[in-house]
Amino acid sequence: MRNKYSVFSLIKNALSYHENWQRAWKDPAPKKEYDAIIVGGGGHGLATAYYLAKKHNMNNIAVVEKGWIGGGNTGRNTTIIRSNYLWDASAGLYDHALKIWESLSQELNYNVMFSQRGVMNLAHNLQDVRDLKRRTHANRLNGIDAVYLNTEEVKKFCPIINTSPYIRYPVLGGTLQRRAGTARHDAVAWGYARGADAMGVDIIQNCEVKGIKRNGDSVEGIETTKGFIKTKKVGVVAAGHSSVIANMAGLRLPLESKPLQALVSEPVKPIIDTVVMSNAVHAYVSQSDKGELVIGAGTDDYVSYTQKGSHQIVEGTLNAILELYPIFSRMRMLRQWGGIVDICPDASPILSKTSIKGLYFNCGWGTGGFKATPGSGDLFAHTIANDEPHKLNAAFNLNRFVSGDLVDEHGAAAVAH
Amino acid sequence: MFLINCPYCGERDQQEFKAGGEAHIERPKQPTELSDDEWAEYLFMRKNIKGVQFERWNHAHGCRKWFNMVRDTSNDEIKAIYKMGEKPPSQ
Repeated sequence: MRNKYSVFSLIKNALSYHENWQRAWKDPAPKKEYDAIIVGGGGHGLATAYYLAKKHNMNNIAVVEKGWIGGGNTGRNTTIIRSNYLWDASAGLYDHALKIWESLSQELNYNVMFSQRGVMNLAHNLQDVRDLKRRTHANRLNGIDAVYLNTEEVKKFCPIINTSPYIRYPVLGGTLQRRAGTARHDAVAWGYARGADAMGVDIIQNCEVKGIKRNGDSVEGIETTKGFIKTKKVGVVAAGHSSVIANMAGLRLPLESKPLQALVSEPVKPIIDTVVMSNAVHAYVSQSDKGELVIGAGTDDYVSYTQKGSHQIVEGTLNAILELYPIFSRMRMLRQWGGIVDICPDASPILSKTSIKGLYFNCGWGTGGFKATPGSGDLFAHTIANDEPHKLNAAFNLNRFVSGDLVDEHGAAAVAH
Repeated sequence: MFLINCPYCGERDQQEFKAGGEAHIERPKQPTELSDDEWAEYLFMRKNIKGVQFERWNHAHGCRKWFNMVRDTSNDEIKAIYKMGEKPPSQ
């Protein structure tokens, strides 16, 4: 029986010096066979397992993870959550996720620290202004909250932005989604892991997939560092390493894996109470609850799995940050890191069946997958359980690269890839 | 970030170069004969190898010439560089 987290459990455990907290999830050895196996114990994979167990009564399932859960891109992203995408398909997908975020802490009985502090996207040239206005209208038609702000309104919403007309890329306006915000990324993985584990899902860490066994066109199981595990359904949620797993099954995906960098500063008192993103100069910044500035940089343009990007990428981002926020000029950066992101040619994800029966892929989230975690898990679970996509992820099938029906969010994703 | 030995200019900083993706993807000889699947394969599907991969690079801020590179994407180590039209070194 899983103990409920509450103020009473907090007091009770404080009395025993917090030494007797129940384990949040077990550490089982893999069984011989499961009804389904999720490859990848990040936020998306754990959420998929959680919703498979919760909504589709599939409790004899496992999540296998090469390292430790939430130790990949789930723990490396800059935690921005928003749904202000241009196209109808994307708006449906990301707003589905945002609606789940709004009650996720209560549902999981785990504080994911979801904070709807708003996300502002800045315009720096006339084309930006036109694109952002168009996106604002499109968002509203899809029932997503969005407002367009002029330069004075941007300054009023976030006073530390330099709105001087004399900087290299002056702020000409921006959009604001007030329901958007941030969440504590580790907590999302831990909350879903705890919830899935309570429903009987086996979370198997330090278990790397070495091969996918096929019988003709169907999946028979996976070879792992902990031995062979039999299953008829494999859902791959391996982010930057999706192509590596696909190659094991003899599939090719329309993905390129590239390093994406982020960095945080030393902690300071509250100075920026929202998230500000800027596509044209590629700078985005927010402040964590610990007080660190969380800054996202860009991707390198070459394929690499090294988890370290180039210095000039960070330098370019910091140049832009300093021009927009002169107040940060004496901040010292504390940590900088890279993660490997899998990018699709249309900058939209793939949540899809494949040509191999029982093999499903959830990948291609590129630089912005964290925001979709709950929705992605929910829809991918639906796809695996029913062997058919949900109507919200039907457009994100693998076949769109054959039919040409792409969901081209390159310009509208509000971040340059 | 690494150094690249441009076959025309010599060793330069990687930021002078532009990555051009997977090499040796042959343009279809009869584009009008291609099925949708074959077009998708040619246009979008990539090996995206973790390990030794053949790539095209362009010395964008130098001589602006294209060339090929064999690189290990798991550690960014460059194994070989050869000019366009030359045969790739055997692995």
